[in-house]
Amino acid sequence: MALALLRLRLMPSAVALALLLVACSGVARGQDTERIEGSAGDVLEDDPVGRLKVYVYELPTKYNKKMVAKDSRCLSHMFAAEIFMHRFLVSSAIRTLNPEEADWFYTPVYTTCDLTPWGHPLPFKSPRIMRSAIQFISSHWPYWNRTEGADHFFVVPHDFGACFHYQEEKAIERGILPLLRRATLVQTFGQKDHVCLKEGSINIPPYAPPQKMKTHLVPPETPRSIFVYFRGLFYDTANDPEGGYYARGARASVWENFKNNPLFDISTDHPPTYYEDMQRSIFCLCPLGWAPWSPRLVEAVVFGCIPVIIADDIVLPFADAIPWDEIGVFVAEDDVPKLDTILTSIPMEVILRKQRLLANPSMKQAMLFPQPAQPGDAFHQILNGLARKLPHDKAVHLNPGQKVLNWTQGPVGDLKPW
Amino acid sequence: MMKSLLPQSQLRRSAAAAAAARSSGGGAASGGADGAGSDGGAGGRVPAASTFWFLLHALCCLVSLFLGFRFSRLLFVLLFSTTALYSSTSSSSSSAVLRATTTTTTTTTTTTTTTNTITLSFAATANPPPSTSVNYSALDSAASGHTQSHVVVGRHGIRIRPWPHPDPVEVMRAHRIMERVQEEQRRWYGVKEPRQVLVVTPTYSRAFQALHLTGLLHSLRNVPYPLTWIVVEAGGTTNATASLLARSGLTIVHIPFPDRMPRDWADRHTTENRMRLHALRVIRERKMDGVIVFADDSNVHSMELFDEVQKVQWMGAVSVGILAHTGTADQPRLSEEDKQNMPLPVQGPACNSSGQLVGWHTFNSLPFAGKTATVVGEAAPVLPRGLEWAGFVLNSRMLWKEAEGKPDWVKDLDAVGENGEEIENPLTLLNDPSSVEPLGNCGRKVLLWWLRVEARADSKFPQGWVIQPPLEVVVPAKRTPWPETTAALSSELLDTKQDQEDRRLSRTNRSSQSRSTTKRKGDVQGQQN
Repeated sequence: MALALLRLRLMPSAVALALLLVACSGVARGQDTERIEGSAGDVLEDDPVGRLKVYVYELPTKYNKKMVAKDSRCLSHMFAAEIFMHRFLVSSAIRTLNPEEADWFYTPVYTTCDLTPWGHPLPFKSPRIMRSAIQFISSHWPYWNRTEGADHFFVVPHDFGACFHYQEEKAIERGILPLLRRATLVQTFGQKDHVCLKEGSINIPPYAPPQKMKTHLVPPETPRSIFVYFRGLFYDTANDPEGGYYARGARASVWENFKNNPLFDISTDHPPTYYEDMQRSIFCLCPLGWAPWSPRLVEAVVFGCIPVIIADDIVLPFADAIPWDEIGVFVAEDDVPKLDTILTSIPMEVILRKQRLLANPSMKQAMLFPQPAQPGDAFHQILNGLARKLPHDKAVHLNPGQKVLNWTQGPVGDLKPW
Repeated sequence: MMKSLLPQSQLRRSAAAAAAARSSGGGAASGGADGAGSDGGAGGRVPAASTFWFLLHALCCLVSLFLGFRFSRLLFVLLFSTTALYSSTSSSSSSAVLRATTTTTTTTTTTTTTTNTITLSFAATANPPPSTSVNYSALDSAASGHTQSHVVVGRHGIRIRPWPHPDPVEVMRAHRIMERVQEEQRRWYGVKEPRQVLVVTPTYSRAFQALHLTGLLHSLRNVPYPLTWIVVEAGGTTNATASLLARSGLTIVHIPFPDRMPRDWADRHTTENRMRLHALRVIRERKMDGVIVFADDSNVHSMELFDEVQKVQWMGAVSVGILAHTGTADQPRLSEEDKQNMPLPVQGPACNSSGQLVGWHTFNSLPFAGKTATVVGEAAPVLPRGLEWAGFVLNSRMLWKEAEGKPDWVKDLDAVGENGEEIENPLTLLNDPSSVEPLGNCGRKVLLWWLRVEARADSKFPQGWVIQPPLEVVVPAKRTPWPETTAALSSELLDTKQDQEDRRLSRTNRSSQSRSTTKRKGDVQGQQN
């Protein structure tokens, strides 16, 4: 009897709890977004704190702070991720001051901060800068020689990563810097079976200024009335006057085939409403340029515009955490003349699903480098990627005295001290 | 063959020179070859070989002349380049069109002869000597030994399809996609429960009525919410108005109003207010539910207005752009001071920094003092008086006798306007005007425009805008550009013409010509055709 009475008294609270849960889920469903799951599982919102420890080497300021002081444009160009990653790691909870317990070692050397007067980074001294930094850490700490860099990671956001050249043929010719053969590279460049993409690299998005993008947001109920949108060069007349070299002819093909098509809003303009226009478009073209990656992907994801990626064999950022096939549209460079047919024949449910995935705030957050860092942003995705590579396997640690790297390998010019 | 190794400019010159020589010789080549051949036959085999090479060279020059330096470069690449054509079978088998660029700027042209696909795409690395391939493969094997990428570095053809223009079927599909996406956007971010919109429009039959009502009709047709259009017509309902409204496809409530519309702007204003009140009483009687928008027939409304009014709780105010036009060629002479003090031509709510209503912006009519129109159709600016009804929206439940949650600062509708007093603006419906909600980002967004454009009250226009024969009376226009002929002369001419036609017609076809249609005097000739 007493038990029955007790059960009766508990009933209303249980019912209330059930109602609350139902109400919560109802509220959450107000806007349909889907959870994003990549090949590594539902890892976009993982918290790296507690899963790994990173030791940050203290390098002399000539490797980092002095370069930024010389030219502060390094903080706003698309390669600024290396600087912000350093700042984030220095103040993060996963940093450890005890190198003995560290899983990963980070070397803060800004190799993409040597800018021309026009703001383009020159990669000619970068191999020497990197080499000099590695010589510094190998002579001042024993941890490099212990593993020959296999538990170290470097951020190399330049055009072709650690190949350190802006021209693809020269980059292929040089290959990845020999000293970085065993280290993990965090880079923006990614193309399958390419010399400059090492296996086990972590692919990151290029830096796009998050504050600037946030100030250009329009209300989400603004109807999307542009079908395809693109602003940028089609022919690089300065470096490739005849055409066919720049972007492997794909951008020129887009222009020649679709300049008369009213569905395609494409031009070389620099409109002040660039970000607003992207928010009014359904598809945003992200074709390759001199390198396959571009900040357009980040902008398209942040503004909810489905990215149309025209770059054969490209590897996109955080490919194991984000299922890019389900989010973007991939068009082979050979199929560019049929781009309008391809885009108009995508089934409606697929398009709506892609928009739902893009509307997921964790997706947008994962593409950005906000200052200060926020949970789920690109910094955390990098750390998650590093955490997923743990524990290091046995081949990482070398026997004392064993040497794998050849310190004199590479072009003669690289061996000069910096 | 040696010649093809020359730089292109020299090749052109040599080809041109050869062509020139040949043309002057006029078939001398063949003649020369014959001669040389015959000589060679006598003199040994060497001259024959040299003439063969000469002929081959001449042929190559001719071909290069027509196809340009691309041909020679292609030969050079195919024969002499050792860098791997490790390309992609995919790229060569695709339907690629070979392109030749003729200038260094962005203009490009297709190859000359065929518009079919030439499945030729050559991948030649421009600068590096063949040794790079050696380096590449060495590095490759030294590295993790992964497979070679099939994406080729170097110059690619620019692929253009033969008809680079939009396909109409695809365009339609794209528009359907856009519509569907926008519908989905509305479902996510738009109004969750759209309320019905009740549009109150006072109107009367006059020359400009069709113009104004047609414009308003199209605006209302585009409103994405359920809508009822309540049209109050002064002077009773007319067929012309009724037929215009019936063609609209909207839900119409056509209410007659007994009084006729006066000619004076001031009186007309009052009558319009009484018509609106009448409509409000009808709404109350029929217990219509929704948001009431006062749309005058000559005003122009933006679509955002209808989205914005969905947010109103009881009574809201929006910003109205006041367009007081002059209608004459010369502008009113405004003093410099007036020009400086010209405020924004906007009527609407004014808010403080925390977004609360503190007052009203009204239209400053001082610069127009003394120059405004008093009679409808006068060529002078027409100005609003005080606050216009168009800038207010009501929740229809505010008018009902009993409604849930009806605030007590709303007066009962019966207590208003009974004694024929002036109802200037809807604020008189309230006891407490400060509880009006400012809409449109606190009045910052102008959502509609107030305009009064009318013709003279006695302007004639065809009934229902259909020119119905017969026109028994020819009304001469006031100002024709040509000198007016006398009525008698014109009718004589017409008569003779008609008689001639009559005789012709009666001879040929007696059957269906009705006599009455050929004897019209004032008939427009074109109507017979």
